[in-house]
Amino acid sequence: MSGGVDSAVAAARAVEAGHDVVGVHLALSRMPGTLRTGSRGCCTIEDSRDAWRACDVLGIPYYVWDFSERFKEDVVQDFIDEYAAGRTPNPCMRCNERIKFAALLEKAIALGFDAVCTGHYAKVIEDADGNRELHRAADWAKDQSYVLGVLTHEQLKHSMFPLADTPSKAEVRAEAERRGLSVANKPDSHDICFIPDGDTAGWLAEKIEMTTGDIVDESGAKVGEHPGANAFTVGQRRGLKLGTPAADGKPRFVLEIRPKENKVVVGPEALLAIDEIRGIKVSWAGLPISEVDSGAEFNCHAQVRAHGDPVPATAWVEPARDGAAGSQLMVRLEAPLRGVAPGQTVVLYQGSRVLGQATIDAARSLQRAAL
Amino acid sequence: MPAYLDHAATTPLNGAALTALTRELARTGNPSSLHGSGRRARRAVEDARETIAAAVGAHPSEVIFTSGGTESDNLAVKGLYWSRVAQDPRRRRILCSAVEHHAVLDTVEWLERHEGAAVTWLPVDREGVVDLVTLEAELARDPGSVALVTVMWANNEVGTIQPVRRIVELAHAAGVPVHSDAVQAFGSLSVDFKESGLDAMSVSGHKIGGPVGVGALLLGRSVTLTPVQHGGGQERDVRSGTLDTASIAAFAAAAESVAAALPAEAARIAALRDRLVDGIRERVPEAVLRGAPGDGRLPGNAHFTFPGCEGDSLLFLLDLAGIESSTGSACTAGVPRPSHVLLAMGLDEDTARGAQRFSLGHTSTEADVDALLAALPEAYARARQAGMAGHESTIQTAGTVARQALHGS
Repeated sequence: MSGGVDSAVAAARAVEAGHDVVGVHLALSRMPGTLRTGSRGCCTIEDSRDAWRACDVLGIPYYVWDFSERFKEDVVQDFIDEYAAGRTPNPCMRCNERIKFAALLEKAIALGFDAVCTGHYAKVIEDADGNRELHRAADWAKDQSYVLGVLTHEQLKHSMFPLADTPSKAEVRAEAERRGLSVANKPDSHDICFIPDGDTAGWLAEKIEMTTGDIVDESGAKVGEHPGANAFTVGQRRGLKLGTPAADGKPRFVLEIRPKENKVVVGPEALLAIDEIRGIKVSWAGLPISEVDSGAEFNCHAQVRAHGDPVPATAWVEPARDGAAGSQLMVRLEAPLRGVAPGQTVVLYQGSRVLGQATIDAARSLQRAAL
Repeated sequence: MPAYLDHAATTPLNGAALTALTRELARTGNPSSLHGSGRRARRAVEDARETIAAAVGAHPSEVIFTSGGTESDNLAVKGLYWSRVAQDPRRRRILCSAVEHHAVLDTVEWLERHEGAAVTWLPVDREGVVDLVTLEAELARDPGSVALVTVMWANNEVGTIQPVRRIVELAHAAGVPVHSDAVQAFGSLSVDFKESGLDAMSVSGHKIGGPVGVGALLLGRSVTLTPVQHGGGQERDVRSGTLDTASIAAFAAAAESVAAALPAEAARIAALRDRLVDGIRERVPEAVLRGAPGDGRLPGNAHFTFPGCEGDSLLFLLDLAGIESSTGSACTAGVPRPSHVLLAMGLDEDTARGAQRFSLGHTSTEADVDALLAALPEAYARARQAGMAGHESTIQTAGTVARQALHGS
């Protein structure tokens, strides 16, 4: 329980459904901040107290489990390493994969619990054979199935998302109010929890050694200099400070980051359109569909951001080849997606069902390739 | 009804205390007022003062009522430090045991950070007993520079009883006053303020069957203290604030009951505690009793470390089984930290994390002990399994799937 309204209501619903519920707050830092500033951040003493208060109202025990060491290693350091390697990671997915539904779940199972119940907006469906599928929440605007796309079948078997069928967040807040939970009107948390002021670039600049390098255009010609390639994100337009304007006078965007050469590649907006994605570290949310093993193409929708729009796509799995780390997921997008960066996660859907995910290793623009 | 084994945290209200509390709460009167209602309240407070003085072996004028143990500790340590420094600015040193309750520990640290105090933390042995050789050496090293010595009477976590009388002898020989936090000792041991020779001693109401929110500082008549809280000049001008007649009367009622029953009750509780300790050792041979053995510890205290598990997990599983215990150490924002007491006793962090304190009191029965002994082996086995949850998850994750694919191909 984060201390927010969603997990409080999820816990209340689990209690009401007759489960034996214990509230657990994750201590992700040994030195929690003392005060909430604005709507941002989490893991402050105030959040811990809010979660505790909700548990008191629900009449359930409350514990703080200290996963700060694991979190620092598996999520925070991974975030830094990924940026240092020129990729754009999603720390929330990493936390779900390694902490909430792994380290925490494992401890919970050892203590005799059956499942981890969270306030995520997503749905788990069980078929007649007891196999589980992950689906989008009823409220697609709040749907968080993307950040859960990394869960394996085993993890799904021990997951509960009681907010699945809630029509809207407003409903959850109203329910919290009705249940006497004081967090009913608490603002949503945003951004990355371990960067409390939201200044990701500034935070990274303290952790990663930045060296000045060249900004080049799509043809390789130098058009400017940057203070450190790792501070840039694919799709970024602001802050490039280019001395040489583009020939057509139109704004230029970051197309690619080349950490080894310490170069940032910029170009016109049209070249941001990605048509093909190659994914590694593939996993399936539940049992894989039959095409996965046969290697046949299948139709699906691909989504590359937590709240990005899914686009129609054709995908297939290429078995591991010499030198490649495991099988690869190939995705051909029927409608191009903008601002796709290596390190991001592509999640595949069929209807509301989450098929699985992969970490984007390469994103290809046909237009750029034709240059 | 759960088996309540956390009397060191707070113990159920004594019947006589409840009667006194409700009686006084229903009445009006400020003990400082001069009219009839005030006189009646004053009578109740002064009766209580005499009762408590008798229970702790002090003169009534040596009883300063406070809001509890923490306030008493703050008042004693800050008040003594300031008054000693005011008399002689060279007196900046505080000699303090490394196993104090946070009410003393944090007060001393605050004085160090903000008031120019120089602190020497007196080490303890494996059983938690303060090292008198170090104390003697520190006192001998420029005795004129020592403001005070503060060592608790008995430890709240591991129950170890400190050689208070010997500490007082050594300190007084060097002309240094001594404070002792007797919050855990009072009510469990024979505590005699006068006989101890202490200059200041903290006691608390709710640890002996009185209400929460009342306590006292026993302060020798010749000891001067700089007040922390200023106002109407109550309590020898040392602790201002309207006296809480009802709580004070209830505290006194509890003190009277506890003092009357003490030798027999202490023996009864010690026998229960020994049964608990023997039972745990028999059922969980890996468990290690911490603190001093036998008469060296509080009669109601049993403190163990359980290898390979987190105290928190064990607490949770016991709670689930209807047994209420404690890890024994304080926490900030609920994040469990290894106990400073256990670390001072020479334990490593991992061992210290497996701590569990079972504390008995006036309502404890054999059935409570039996319930714990019945539930403990399974709870420990589970907690240990949870504690073993290593770095590489046994749960299949996207990461392990990817690695398996890599190694499988």
